[in-house]
Amino acid sequence: MEDYLVRMENIYKSFPGGVQANRGITLEVRPGEIHCLLGENGAGKTVLMSILYGLYKPDSGTIYYKGKKLDIHSTKDAIANRIGMVHQHFMLVPTLTVAENVVLGQYPAWKVINDMDKVHERIRAMSDEFGLDVDPAKIVQDLSVGEQQRVEILKALYHGADLLILDEPTAVLTPQESEHLLKFLRDLANRGLTIIFITHKLEEVMQVSDRVTVLRDGKVVGTVNTSDTNPRELARMMVGREVLMELKKAQTEPGKVIFLVRNLRVKDARGLEVVRGVSFEVREREVLGIAGVSGNGQTELALALAGLIEGEFDEMRLDGQLITKRDLQRLHRLGMAHIPEDRQKMGLILPFSVAENFVLKTYRDEPFARRGFLRFDAIRDYTRSQVSKFSIRVGDIEEEIAHLSGGNQQKVVVARELDRQPRFLLVNQPTRGIDIGATEFVRQQILAERDAGAAILLISADLEEIFALSDRILVMFEGRFMGEVPPDPALIEQVGLMMAGKTVQVSD
Amino acid sequence: MDWAALRARLGKQLRSVWTPLIAIPISLLIGAGILLLSGYDPIAAYQAMWQGAFKDRIAVTEVLVKATPLIFIGAGLAVAFRCSIWNIGAEGQFYVGAVMATVVGIYLGSLPGYILMPLVLIVGMIGGAFWGMLAAFLKNRFGASEVVTTIMLNYIAIYVTGYLVTGPMIETKGLFAQTPKISESAWLPRFLPPTRLHIGFILAIIFCIVLYILIFKTSVGFAIRAVGFNPDAARYASINVRSNILLAMAISGGAAGLGGAVEVAGISYRLYQLISPGYGFDGIAVSLLVGNNPLGVIFSGILFGALRSGAEVMQLSAKVPSVLVFAIQGLVILSVVATGAYRAVVREKEE
Ligand SMILES: Nc1ncnc2c1ncn2[C@@H]1O[C@H](COP(=O)(O)OP(=O)(O)OP(=O)(O)O)[C@@H](O)[C@H]1O
Ligand SMILES: [Mg+2]
Repeated sequence: MEDYLVRMENIYKSFPGGVQANRGITLEVRPGEIHCLLGENGAGKTVLMSILYGLYKPDSGTIYYKGKKLDIHSTKDAIANRIGMVHQHFMLVPTLTVAENVVLGQYPAWKVINDMDKVHERIRAMSDEFGLDVDPAKIVQDLSVGEQQRVEILKALYHGADLLILDEPTAVLTPQESEHLLKFLRDLANRGLTIIFITHKLEEVMQVSDRVTVLRDGKVVGTVNTSDTNPRELARMMVGREVLMELKKAQTEPGKVIFLVRNLRVKDARGLEVVRGVSFEVREREVLGIAGVSGNGQTELALALAGLIEGEFDEMRLDGQLITKRDLQRLHRLGMAHIPEDRQKMGLILPFSVAENFVLKTYRDEPFARRGFLRFDAIRDYTRSQVSKFSIRVGDIEEEIAHLSGGNQQKVVVARELDRQPRFLLVNQPTRGIDIGATEFVRQQILAERDAGAAILLISADLEEIFALSDRILVMFEGRFMGEVPPDPALIEQVGLMMAGKTVQVSD
Repeated sequence: MDWAALRARLGKQLRSVWTPLIAIPISLLIGAGILLLSGYDPIAAYQAMWQGAFKDRIAVTEVLVKATPLIFIGAGLAVAFRCSIWNIGAEGQFYVGAVMATVVGIYLGSLPGYILMPLVLIVGMIGGAFWGMLAAFLKNRFGASEVVTTIMLNYIAIYVTGYLVTGPMIETKGLFAQTPKISESAWLPRFLPPTRLHIGFILAIIFCIVLYILIFKTSVGFAIRAVGFNPDAARYASINVRSNILLAMAISGGAAGLGGAVEVAGISYRLYQLISPGYGFDGIAVSLLVGNNPLGVIFSGILFGALRSGAEVMQLSAKVPSVLVFAIQGLVILSVVATGAYRAVVREKEE
């Protein structure tokens, strides 16, 4: 009797540059279960799953699947074996329709194109059946992140999946969307699908999984039944030490106004006004949190403040200086730092090396350049010191940053932006995709910047993060602020209501 | 020094050399099939080709002479391509450079050589740069695709040249469509007489080194590459995308223009309608072949120079019609690019 759907046995995988991503991993997944993979950034989760999905060839080790040895050389083999994967960074072609993306890579191409009507029909049927709400005719780039993810899932199911791998699907979702997804996964498991689910959020692990395997440094720490464990123990297995899940937040007295904007209006790419006249100010030694379900104008708000898209306003000041037009270099000079929402599209240049990405904003300044020539020694020294300060897992700092694990990429962005001793720090989803240890560290760093005198605007869909870091909270709904709330945990409920557009009286 | 890293790096360099070494035999084999089918003796044809390129000192230096404009153009295109600007207009930029050089070389012919020679080259370079920047301006201002505008600008440059050499600048009315020779004091010295090898070849190599340094070792190059890989991230890093596009096109056009000026001052000494047999288009392959690396362009430029030289002789002595010769050249380019792409895919897989 075979009680495992998949057994990955003694998997080794290393990369040129000396990174050993998997060092003898054995993973067993039972049919019909939801199996969580947990581990710090760079622990080897994505690599292990990529091996199972045929993207990488292991150096050694064997995979058994449905009782037989599985020889997998490409994702085509994986799909043929009914294995589907939703990647940490989406792999959809933005300019194609949903349906075209779903059948992309199917052969023979002429036949697929000929049958496009049928494809549409089938997608619609599946979308109804699974409650995925996916329109096959839409162009992918017009979809929200959550919708794109549902397309990825539907794509996997379309090709028939007995085993579905999801790599950090909830990192980019709002809490509501995550909730929905977890229910959906449970549903799939009940229909007999087997699911491997990667996440950094322990509550999700506790809520949805049957068993958990924890990886650290490319090795298995252990596999446990979810019902026999708790978040604290999981955290300890992951990090190898006790993790404080509370922040030490010192009382500070906010100083003078550093950043101020009056009546800001911003249109999105389609010309709809999504930020509709907001005004606020952020003071020295203060974190102003902006809570809200994503898609209520936060993205555009952040981009407009950072000078990356056009916005209309009556007045904007940074450190007392009037800002009249979009002038990035000036904002930069006046001490604005910005951790953008999307690290891969904006925060990093993926084909650049880790070192080059570290000096992305300072490459023309001393000591990284002199008389126009880059000084590689200075760049490397600086990178090495930042890499160790933020414990970023990287083999060789000259290697492409695309090869870093998702969380480690995020850490590079955070490390770069925090190191500039900003006057005004604009932070959008700073801990997206990073493990709990690193989350703790990044939050601590943000508070340290606050204590050192920076004014910080924090945008996050994660209410827990907003409450943990902010001194004041503004709730955003449909492009407007619903009101201001102090970060009193007792008010979480109210904030939730305000995020849904309900007017709530909050008394201080 | 870290041995593994060094080996990895060397391996990478070697691989880019290996690609054409595999691609060329493959394409020649296919070419042989085509020759056979068309009723020509492939062995004789290839023999002629080989001799055309390497028979003696003259042949070899002729290869370098042909390589010179290709190297200038390829190195410039490497910069544009690194910035993700698809400059198809090197041909036109080359023509503009040649025209400007000729104009200066003729009408300011009384200037002493030490002024005239550099002036001819610089003006040619500026002309090409201007032609390139036109396309960049249209892209920045109106969002016009540079692929379209550079092709259009090619036509303009080529037809204007045609007009000049048959009309206003013609040497003798009613005779050959060519201008008079430029002043002898502007001629680039030839250093291996009786061959036509001139210092333009040396200049080309120096130029490649300069562009290599610019792209990989300076902050200007950093910005150009950043814009090329991810304009959104570049903007986020407060790098001015538009001015870098303008700059990349200026460099790319300037390189082609300089190539045109060098061709006039080093080889033809005058302007005529077919001053470029398509160097601007071959230059695209020259650059792509070595992954848009200006240093690699020296190598691939010489390779294409050899192909061109060999093909000419093949046409003359083996009587293979020029259409077939072009077809074989095209095959070489295609297979070089295809093996390059294939290798990239395989490498991804291996990792
Ligand atoms: N293509 C690659 N080339 C070189 N190194 C790589 C490559 N892919 C992954 N690595 C390295 O392998 C290690 C494991 O990476 P992996 O992506 O599996 O981490 P992860 O557990 O998914 O982390 P995260 O939670 O941050 O996504 C990392 O140190 C990473 O830098
Ligand atoms: Mg990962």
